[in-house]
Amino acid sequence: MAGNAWRSTVSRVMGAIKTQSPQPRTFSRGIQTVTLIPGDGIGPEISTAVMKIFEAAKAPIQWEEKNVTAIKGPGGRWMIPPEAKESMDKHKIGLKGPLKTPIAAGHPSMNLLLRKTFDLYANVRPCVSIEGYKTPYTDVDLVTIRENTEGEYSGIEHVIVDGVVQSIKLITEDASRRIAEYAFEYARNNQRTSVTAVHKANIMRMSDGLFLRKCREVAENFKDVKFTEMYLDTVCLNMVQDPSQFDVLVMPNLYGDILSDLCAGLIGGLGVTPSGNIGANGVAIFESVHGTAPDIAGKDLANPTALLLSAVMMLRHMGLHGYAKKIETACFDTIRDKKVLTKDLGGNSKCSEFTADICRRVQDMD
Amino acid sequence: MATLTKALKPILGRQLGNTAKVFGASVNSQRGKPTYSGRIIPPPAKYGGRHTVTLIPGDGIGPELLNHVRELFRFSCVPVDFEVVHVDSASTSEDDINNAITAIRRNGVALKGNIETNHTMPSNHKSRNNLLRTSLDLYANVMHCQSLPGVQTRHKNIDIIIIRENTEGEYSSLEHESVSGVVESLKIITRNNSLRIADYAFRLAREKGRRRVTAVHKANIMKLADGLFLQCCKEVASGYPDIEFDSMIVDNTTMQLVSKPHQFDVMVMPNLYGNVVSNVCAGLVGGPGLVPGANYGRDYAVFETATRNTGKSIANRNIANPTAMLLASCLMLDHLKLHDYANMIRGAILTTMNETRLHTIDIGESVSLHHCLLLKDICTSSK
Repeated sequence: MAGNAWRSTVSRVMGAIKTQSPQPRTFSRGIQTVTLIPGDGIGPEISTAVMKIFEAAKAPIQWEEKNVTAIKGPGGRWMIPPEAKESMDKHKIGLKGPLKTPIAAGHPSMNLLLRKTFDLYANVRPCVSIEGYKTPYTDVDLVTIRENTEGEYSGIEHVIVDGVVQSIKLITEDASRRIAEYAFEYARNNQRTSVTAVHKANIMRMSDGLFLRKCREVAENFKDVKFTEMYLDTVCLNMVQDPSQFDVLVMPNLYGDILSDLCAGLIGGLGVTPSGNIGANGVAIFESVHGTAPDIAGKDLANPTALLLSAVMMLRHMGLHGYAKKIETACFDTIRDKKVLTKDLGGNSKCSEFTADICRRVQDMD
Repeated sequence: MATLTKALKPILGRQLGNTAKVFGASVNSQRGKPTYSGRIIPPPAKYGGRHTVTLIPGDGIGPELLNHVRELFRFSCVPVDFEVVHVDSASTSEDDINNAITAIRRNGVALKGNIETNHTMPSNHKSRNNLLRTSLDLYANVMHCQSLPGVQTRHKNIDIIIIRENTEGEYSSLEHESVSGVVESLKIITRNNSLRIADYAFRLAREKGRRRVTAVHKANIMKLADGLFLQCCKEVASGYPDIEFDSMIVDNTTMQLVSKPHQFDVMVMPNLYGNVVSNVCAGLVGGPGLVPGANYGRDYAVFETATRNTGKSIANRNIANPTAMLLASCLMLDHLKLHDYANMIRGAILTTMNETRLHTIDIGESVSLHHCLLLKDICTSSK
């Protein structure tokens, strides 16, 4: 016990001394602490499931649970609790369950708050077809990387005269360069062969034109990764007919929103899709993108796959590829076997049974 | 004279109608004036019952496909003459496109291929297709996606009508660079245009006997812009109590389209979402070579393929699928009230696709079939 405390202190000190860099961190020794945000609704159940599976896999992860319910800070601005912010800044890696935004709370959506607090500029969603969960599309293996801070979602709108509304789409050089650099680095670090920029520069000449120019400039520095450009409508058309032709896709905010959900739909929906948000200063928060499902909360019926796959993504980001492979294989094997599936995957087992099966497989693998 | 014509039309049927059309043309032009039912009267025939239609070949596969349309019309003795207007996409002057617009104003109806937009040109060089749509105020883009029995797709029996606002929204081409490296692009939504497109959608749904209209939006994020669009749709919906109305956020819509497309009936949406959703639906029913599209305004109508592809990579290789353009020409014939010819050609196309099963390379045929052979088969079936 004392040994554990000593080790975690050492790793914390090591983490603080280590220089900030956006590359994936490799922790070959020591236990990494991760901030865990269970969330609302089914959040706590699926977080517990993930923690159990990680324990069974003996992954060197220690969890620090934090709550991020918004509070009003000094100056009247809504913010997340300072302990949560400190914890994230210290550990740099977070895992988040689904959060709900109460309608009349007066504060902006929780996801938006987190995004602004940690400057989460890239949303990464790898979409891989799951063997055993049949959809009409069987050969999907792509990653959508979406710029998460500006674009159409800048929220700048005004009523010019009664009956005429203007909404502003903002594209800046810095944000475009940042996301392009992240996309190419991701492609290089994950052995991906090509990056495709998705745009509509024939219509939005200046804004998407700027985005495209920055992507081209960054592509010059990454000659080992192939770079192509494609119109948004062509991507949609081809995605629905033959998704296997796409590898890594990088795009501004709105197109990213639509395309990442389209790809999630191809592999089976938000209940099985992992997602990660990368921020400045090396912060990375991995999350499940489905809702809080208040109707099944607390009934042990939830499907932890999305959060589990996001946690696996987190392990890969940290460089712990061995553990990531183990847990992912166990999860896919369980789904392929079809014996203990939760209701949304087509079975009628409980969340705890599903989790137990994965734990058993993980332990058998050792 | 005009009112007498209108009164007599239902009683005496088509024979008098044609005569009345000619008389009507000489007394006062009926074009653009909505009848009691709100339908737009197509332009009157020029000489002895033959219509004149503007033809814009465009770039890529446009010219070859439109040649096929002309050949088929000649073969089937369709009383339509084409006035060909070329638009050079490489030139920076707007004379070409203005000529085309004038020609369409003159004839009232056009059939066009897609004109390429070179996006390395400066931003004052607007997209030619967009210029055409906004100048002629073709406010409704209608695409009817139907699964064809002879085509292998992952989803079967899809039947969705997509109505897309065609003139404003994200396609306003109003952009500026305030500071170097910071670009703003304006998305404009107006109450009038939103009401107009919503009304068009509901009228079309009622006419075709459809039961539900779904508005696609992103009003949770773009609260004012898409919020206004949604509000206008709701207002119009209250005037059509026989048609169900619901709304869906665009990212959820695309997810549902790839997993459960049969829940959708008629969909109405602003410009950019329309682009995405129509391409997804075209992909679901078998690709860009199969679906025709129509752009309707108050006074004019322009017909083209639904996904507006230039198809540069397959141009002049005789492998493009002519079905979309041929079906678009059938839509044009329907608009001109030449229903017999439209049905004959449509029947021939569907027979070739479904029974004879001659397919081009894009819908799965492993051997590239010359589309001339396809056309010959259509001509044979149409006799």
